[in-house]
Amino acid sequence: MTSSNQLDIVPSNPSDPSHGVGSVGVDLTAAYRDSNIDSLLDELDRELVGLAPVKMRIREIAALLLVARLREAKGLTTERPTLHMSFTGRPGTGKTTVALRIAKILHQLGYIRKGHLVVATRDDLVGQYVGHTAPKTKEVLKRAMGGVLFIDEAYYLYRPENERDYGPEAIEMLLQIMETQRDDLVVVLAGYQERMETFFHSNPGFHSRIAHHLDFPDYQLDELMAIGDLMLGQQQYALDADARRVFAQYLERRMHQPHFANARSVRNAIDRAKLRQANRLVRQGGTVARDELARIDAEDIRQSRVFAEEESAGRRVGGSRSDSNGHAPERDVAKGPPGTVDPPARRPADPPRSR
Amino acid sequence: MRITQGTFSYLPDLTDEQIRAQIQYCIERDWAVSIEFTDDPHPRNAFWDMWAMPMFDLKDAAGIMGEVQACRRAKPNTYIKVNGYDRRYTRQTVALSFLVQRPKVEPGFRLDRQESNDRVVRYTLHSYATDRPAGERYGDVE
Repeated sequence: MTSSNQLDIVPSNPSDPSHGVGSVGVDLTAAYRDSNIDSLLDELDRELVGLAPVKMRIREIAALLLVARLREAKGLTTERPTLHMSFTGRPGTGKTTVALRIAKILHQLGYIRKGHLVVATRDDLVGQYVGHTAPKTKEVLKRAMGGVLFIDEAYYLYRPENERDYGPEAIEMLLQIMETQRDDLVVVLAGYQERMETFFHSNPGFHSRIAHHLDFPDYQLDELMAIGDLMLGQQQYALDADARRVFAQYLERRMHQPHFANARSVRNAIDRAKLRQANRLVRQGGTVARDELARIDAEDIRQSRVFAEEESAGRRVGGSRSDSNGHAPERDVAKGPPGTVDPPARRPADPPRSR
Repeated sequence: MRITQGTFSYLPDLTDEQIRAQIQYCIERDWAVSIEFTDDPHPRNAFWDMWAMPMFDLKDAAGIMGEVQACRRAKPNTYIKVNGYDRRYTRQTVALSFLVQRPKVEPGFRLDRQESNDRVVRYTLHSYATDRPAGERYGDVE
């Protein structure tokens, strides 16, 4: 993937006549190599599964910034490109992770000075009483300067049902900073697609100030498996062949249940499998071999409530469960680390997923 | 009379770019940066007014520069300084402090001699500016 995509950025013909001829041409290949951006993009490819459209866009942005820098070096006028972005996608599709990577890449390309990520939600920006919002928002903005400000579930900033809400005050400040201090920070808004669209619709100022709208697609089964493998590999666990098969079955069933949170659900499933594996080992007692400590077997996964519930329901599971009355089969499934929480109560009513 | 107080005070006034670089230096050393202003420039005046909160969790000087600009706008004709406080145990002191704005006209100081007992002379530095009430010392009315 990498090599073919590189061609979009690097001229394919290294013996180009204008290659490195001082004032006439610019050595794009060398500039690209020197920017060291390749290693970051490769890391992105390696560590993030799927997300092809997102990766493509990041490559385009990287190329744009590189060219802008070269133009500047050659004395051509370069308008500083606007890089405020909006990430839309369902929970667990990698929005925060990609934001972290983008911060690093933009820093490497010299677009932002520091490259840190500040995650904020409505609570961090909007105050409780008159005069509380502005200092709060300002504080967060100051902290984010030189880096990327990631506003999770941005649509909560705007609450049309409450006209005395302080959200619009925060929005106004954000808009102003996004316009006047483009050099100082990049704002990324994230959330569910439909609600973001409503949000942009009622705040047209945001829509026009955001140059890049990235949609994060849901993961397919094989991508979820790859994510699981990656996570297990990082934690030095491994599934045996049997467990892999069961894990795939597990994911397939889980995908069609309510409150499925893509990669986050995979991580939680793995965490629970680790729990059961530890329990099994302790019960088993005696001496344990090294690879036994690292191995998760089929039984650890099969004990999951996803399978248990299915048995008790008399195998009624078809492709989709339309009785999603808010009853989560595994209650801790939608929980992530702070800042990425998608409480089930705040989720929009998703239609049953049919895949 | 040009007042020399704090770091860099014998150099020409710092440009905004230089100020930003100094602030960035403070941030990189994990010093809390605060902004203070006064219209009483006596060297023994330790009680300057604070502008905004001390800023200790920022990564980039841009946020603090924004506050410096805001302070300049609000207090165009006062002394403004930026302090970097090193909170490390065993140091716990202002490690860097420099002026970032001074009034257009600085009337300077007068030396008062007070005859005391036994031909003792006591000296006092008297700032001409403080002859007028606070807020009007440097012709604040533009």
